[in-house]
Amino acid sequence: MLNLLLSRLATAIPSIVGVVVVTFMLTRLLPGDPAAYFAGLAASPQAIAEIRHNLGLDKSLPEQFVAYVGDLLHGNLGNSLSTGQPVVAEIATRLPASAELTLFALIVAVAIAIPLGVLAAVKQGTWIDHLCRVVTTAGVSLPVFFTGLLFAYVFYYLLQWAPAPTGRIDVFLSPPTHITGFYLIDSALTGNLEAFWGALRQLALPAISMAIFSLAPLARMTRGSMLAVLGSDFIRTARASGLSPRTVIFTYAFRNAVLPVITTLGMVFSFLLGANVLVETVFAWPGIGLYAVNALITSDYAPVQGFVLTMAILYVALNLTIDFVYGLVDPRVRLDS
Amino acid sequence: MKRRSFIKTTAVAGAAATTAPAIWSAAKAQARNETLLLITESPPNSMDIQGVGTNRPSYEVSWNTYDRLITYGVKKDANGNDHYDYRKLEPELATDWNVTPTSATFKLRKGAKFHDGTPITAKDVKWSFDRAVSVGGFPTFQMKAGSLEKPEQFVAVDDNTFRIDFLRVDKLTMPDIGVPVPVIMNSGLCKKHATEKDPWALEWLKNNLAAGGAYKIERWQPGQEVVFMRNDDWKNGPLPKIKRVIRRIIPSAGNRRALLERGDADISFDLPPKDFAELAKSPKLTVIGTAIENAMIYLGMNVNQKPFDNVKVRQAVAWALPYQQIMDSVMFGRALPLFGGADNLSKGTYWPQKDGYRTDIPKAKALMAAAGYPDGFETTLSFDLGMASTNEPLTILVQESLKQIGIKATINKIPGANWRGELLKKSLPMIANAFGGWLNYPEYFFFWCYHGQNAVFNTMGYKNPKMDALIDKARFTTGAEYDALVKGFIDIAFEEVPRVPIFQPLLDVAMQKNITGYRYWFHRQLDYRQLVKS
Repeated sequence: MLNLLLSRLATAIPSIVGVVVVTFMLTRLLPGDPAAYFAGLAASPQAIAEIRHNLGLDKSLPEQFVAYVGDLLHGNLGNSLSTGQPVVAEIATRLPASAELTLFALIVAVAIAIPLGVLAAVKQGTWIDHLCRVVTTAGVSLPVFFTGLLFAYVFYYLLQWAPAPTGRIDVFLSPPTHITGFYLIDSALTGNLEAFWGALRQLALPAISMAIFSLAPLARMTRGSMLAVLGSDFIRTARASGLSPRTVIFTYAFRNAVLPVITTLGMVFSFLLGANVLVETVFAWPGIGLYAVNALITSDYAPVQGFVLTMAILYVALNLTIDFVYGLVDPRVRLDS
Repeated sequence: MKRRSFIKTTAVAGAAATTAPAIWSAAKAQARNETLLLITESPPNSMDIQGVGTNRPSYEVSWNTYDRLITYGVKKDANGNDHYDYRKLEPELATDWNVTPTSATFKLRKGAKFHDGTPITAKDVKWSFDRAVSVGGFPTFQMKAGSLEKPEQFVAVDDNTFRIDFLRVDKLTMPDIGVPVPVIMNSGLCKKHATEKDPWALEWLKNNLAAGGAYKIERWQPGQEVVFMRNDDWKNGPLPKIKRVIRRIIPSAGNRRALLERGDADISFDLPPKDFAELAKSPKLTVIGTAIENAMIYLGMNVNQKPFDNVKVRQAVAWALPYQQIMDSVMFGRALPLFGGADNLSKGTYWPQKDGYRTDIPKAKALMAAAGYPDGFETTLSFDLGMASTNEPLTILVQESLKQIGIKATINKIPGANWRGELLKKSLPMIANAFGGWLNYPEYFFFWCYHGQNAVFNTMGYKNPKMDALIDKARFTTGAEYDALVKGFIDIAFEEVPRVPIFQPLLDVAMQKNITGYRYWFHRQLDYRQLVKS
């Protein structure tokens, strides 16, 4: 197991090096002059040149690259020009916000998608199978920002069931004491019920809009993979041996069918984490996607590089985790390594 | 994969969502009454107005947390709303001042203190003014607009007396001391955080206040919110009525409107014109629109390129723009027209004002023929994507209209980050753009936008020695001579039309009915100090 992990880690290093080089080059090659942008309204050419010098943009590309890598090795991702803060600190506060939202959405999605997929496979061709088909098609056809806007309009504006879409916590509540950066966990740990309830209410609508979107791949994958397993020889044998349908489905079939579902889960998670910009915009969620897009619009290099790098590392970590979970679920993977 | 534990946790969470009762503390209702919730689109990036690349929302933070020596008075505008008065200077940190042709001497308020309790002295004022003219970039530039250029000009006479020696007689010197840039900083505190490489503590002041103004900062979450708390020991003006101000970022314009309409937010500036037009009709909210002084949205033509080097072509374009359509279907009436006057002669020394152009296609066609382009030509029409909400529909209407006189304009959308760079190159043939100046003097606008010094805002590359002479002279004269000079350069601008004024934008703000005391400021940011929430 350890060997597997180490060999995976080794293969990850070249991809991270590649990401560092590519992000550096991309942000430099794109049109746009941050010095002109940040020089402000009444800037003279001298003022712009001064800012360019302060930002180190008047140096040659290789020099800039060496400086960048040197900073990286010291854990310094630079400063964001548009928020004025160190990128590391910003990502550290924003990543938990995105992660909390994404994880919560994923939990909701899994809680609905897996039972639905299993039932649809077991009772193939019945109403529940059709329901599964309708739900997944609808879910994947509705873009997240659309469901988000619709939900905000119906449940906040019209019905007043949901709280105002103002971010992670009600404006008049103080955020819970920082422990993990996940508001639900932090407020639960400190016994701050008001903050917990406030954070949960804020989380509900954006999480459900994201869950609806991620339902589809999970349910379809569960159904397909269950169908394949249910049709295989060992299930027929198990049934013939008179095992209860419950044991057959959960102990034998589901455990074997779950591997591709885990892969899909990993993909959906990483996709959601980076691509939930639109939900973050609609619900004023101070997440990492919104941060990256704002930085891109203003040609703010450092946050863009920091974002891409973080996401790359996250993908690598996620793939490692999935490999590890594979091993837990399926002993054959352990033996292969 | 622990399927069961997954299901268990979600079941618990689901139950909590449906059955848990609302837990409201009594303190929360109280806090809501004393707190102003301002919702907006963009966050401040610094607390230091003199820093590198400080953005407009930061001006608001600085304006409310720092003091300046003097400020501006107030008057009622035509609609009965409070409007700062650029003719009236009033005390802030300075209680009175004496201006001679060579210097101005300020008496500082006794007992005024910084947030940390240190008394404010003339030494702090001197340090702050020195900093503003030394750090470079925008602040130094703005100081220069009022002939405030060198540290030697600033003298701390004694603890309570501060003197500015003039380099030349400039009528913008005194007004320039009331703009957001020359804030008074706690020099002792700043020096503690200054380093050899950074003598003006730029790094530290970006994230920290060294201020003595009406509000302190309770919490700042960059990119999300700033929470202000009233400074109860503030002496430099009447104590503000509002105890706390939360400035929260809501990125979606639709949600900003929903929050206002539901009464969950108190005040917002950042809505599209259509929303303001609709909200103005609703009885639930107060909408105040104030014409932005010295500002306009215009169509600029590059006079150094064919065919716009020909004044007849520029006039043809000015006669062909769909002015009224733009007012109705782009601005929904939330702007003041700068077209359709009686003729192209100036009607006074105010700016901007209406020119004599209106939509007259036959006249435009005749001018095109006279210019030698009876069949028109092809060109591009560019705008800044950062202003797409108004400039995209505007350019589409212009494109349609120009087609009628044979000009085929391709629309070129330029991302905000590149826009400034493109303007600097001065190679775009035709642009739709905006400009606004802080100081409300026509010659100030013309100095930036029409003068042959060719500043970045002279986007047309326009150069006319006759006009330059008028502008230069107007900066340093007064009375009847001044009036004649201003009328002179306005007449030239209308006749030569390197830029076609379209409309003067409004600064719209929507607020709950129980919010009063809103005041328009030239810097277009919200001043919390005069607001009242009942």
